[in-house]
Amino acid sequence: MSLTKEQWVTLEKKASQIRHKTAEVCVWAKGAHIGGAYSSADVLTALYYNVMNFSKENYLDEDRDRLIISKGHAGVITAPILADLGIVDEALLPTYNHTGSPFGVHLDKRKVPGLEASTGSLGHGLSIGLGLAMAARLKKKDYFTYVLLGDGECDEGSIWEAAMSIAHFKVTNLITIVDRNKCMIDGRTEDVMRLEPFADKWRAFGFNVIEVDGHNIDAIITALNQAKANTTDTPICIILDTFKGEGVGFMKDNYKWHYGTLNEEQLAEAFRDLDAYEAERIARAEKEGK
Amino acid sequence: MKEYAVISNEARSTTEAFGKALTELADNHQEVCALSADLAGSVKVTLMQKKYPERVFDVGIAEQNMMSMAAGLAMGGLVPFAATFSVFASLRDLDQVHTDICYQNANVKMLGSHGGTSFSQAGSTHHALEDIAALRGMANLTIICPADYVETQLATKAAYETYGPIYIRINRGTDYDVYNTENYGFKIGKAVRMADGNDFTVIACGSMVHEALIAADSLKAKGVSLRVVNMHTIKPIDKDEIIKAMKETKGIITAEDHNVIGALGSAVAEVIAENGGVKAFKRLGVPDEFSIIGARKDILAHYEIDAAGIEKNVLALLGK
Repeated sequence: MSLTKEQWVTLEKKASQIRHKTAEVCVWAKGAHIGGAYSSADVLTALYYNVMNFSKENYLDEDRDRLIISKGHAGVITAPILADLGIVDEALLPTYNHTGSPFGVHLDKRKVPGLEASTGSLGHGLSIGLGLAMAARLKKKDYFTYVLLGDGECDEGSIWEAAMSIAHFKVTNLITIVDRNKCMIDGRTEDVMRLEPFADKWRAFGFNVIEVDGHNIDAIITALNQAKANTTDTPICIILDTFKGEGVGFMKDNYKWHYGTLNEEQLAEAFRDLDAYEAERIARAEKEGK
Repeated sequence: MKEYAVISNEARSTTEAFGKALTELADNHQEVCALSADLAGSVKVTLMQKKYPERVFDVGIAEQNMMSMAAGLAMGGLVPFAATFSVFASLRDLDQVHTDICYQNANVKMLGSHGGTSFSQAGSTHHALEDIAALRGMANLTIICPADYVETQLATKAAYETYGPIYIRINRGTDYDVYNTENYGFKIGKAVRMADGNDFTVIACGSMVHEALIAADSLKAKGVSLRVVNMHTIKPIDKDEIIKAMKETKGIITAEDHNVIGALGSAVAEVIAENGGVKAFKRLGVPDEFSIIGARKDILAHYEIDAAGIEKNVLALLGK
């Protein structure tokens, strides 16, 4: 248990607020990768609002923590988060995907302040994170680098090149996180290209693996803090057990919601689902929280 | 010939020039680091590694990881030099170079050795005939192909001084000296006039600069005054020097150890076409084919990018 009941409830509300706003952005954008955004919503809430040393005040400081969102198609959820943190202008959110907007489908650090890398060509982010973590080591900085990977992204050979190096160089100021939502564009990961035994693959590459419910904010934060407190030479990979589209019934665990647009009716239904989901999650926090 | 240019019999290793310049940079700048992909010895990154092992990362045979990691190191405030063979540096990790280094304008310096056909007997799979063509379309990227030992050292140091992604392409083995001094005014993006001449111009890069100087010397005896331009920076290209050659001489030949598509010859042709054209123009290099295996000098002769080949083509275009 990492959080007080009050903190947990506050973060649940934040995650729900982000999911709601992301649905709206999806409408303004006339389409987005909402499924994979929702599977990442809880870990991103945990990172941006609790675990990371990252804020409107320090997001350009050399000592800030870094988050590389390697699954760059999840860009649609970062826009409302960065707006909520006050780093980007909330008034820009309705321009998402429109001509001349800083926001496109994929994360773009050159156009959007607060992002650390332009990603979306998959399989790059873990190596970028490795470079950032090595820079911290050489410059004697104590910031942490977090890399969020998609599970389908782990089909890319370059992920395993990076994994091998992270273990070889004993890079423990980098925390690898995989959003294991079990879906990719063409279908379910195990149908398109089998990943299992997934955790064992990471172990074989020299990682200690923490497997955690990716939709339990308290458990996510406990795992992240455990990874930060790692005093061994073995790097840590956190595998989040998640669902694509988590929070909305018609999207949940449906790979066809990798990318989608919402019409008025669907948006209303999504909001109803998200409201009910929020109540459920808060009730859980109230019950299980200390 | 200009006072700083020479036709020398001394040939020196340009990878060693790079390794030494890199080590000097590391001596003076804490933020300089280097990466290689199991070729640290071949590209002479080992010279720096002996002195500063903590700042050199050999990532094994994993070029994609090397280039993205270099981007991350640059984002963390360091100045990484990532070195491997040209054929791998440009092709194996092109997506990483595109998205992580060029698009993000990361301050990464890439060194491709064993360029062109210089890995001669290693075979056509290890010749880099497409590296510059593959990279030339990348915005933000500077491409330098130095002519000799001295120029490789100067290019390496200038790469450190210049913010942004830079690709330096050198050769395996040795290249003949074409300069007798370091003080000839090397500047990224500024071609070097190696020999004045009013009849015809050869614009060359890399090993072909030496060959062009020999051709100029031989043509002088035949009454032909050949201008030799060392276009060490392929991108951004020195347009002014090309336009001068268009106006002041009767034609232009480009000479390079690369496929004739996409590199020096194409870059010069673009400038010529946009500025009124010339009557005589030819691109020398490897015609659009995969190169033959053999001794380097034989390969250069086969593709007419040695002194004799350059001379022959100049005379043909002059109608002599």
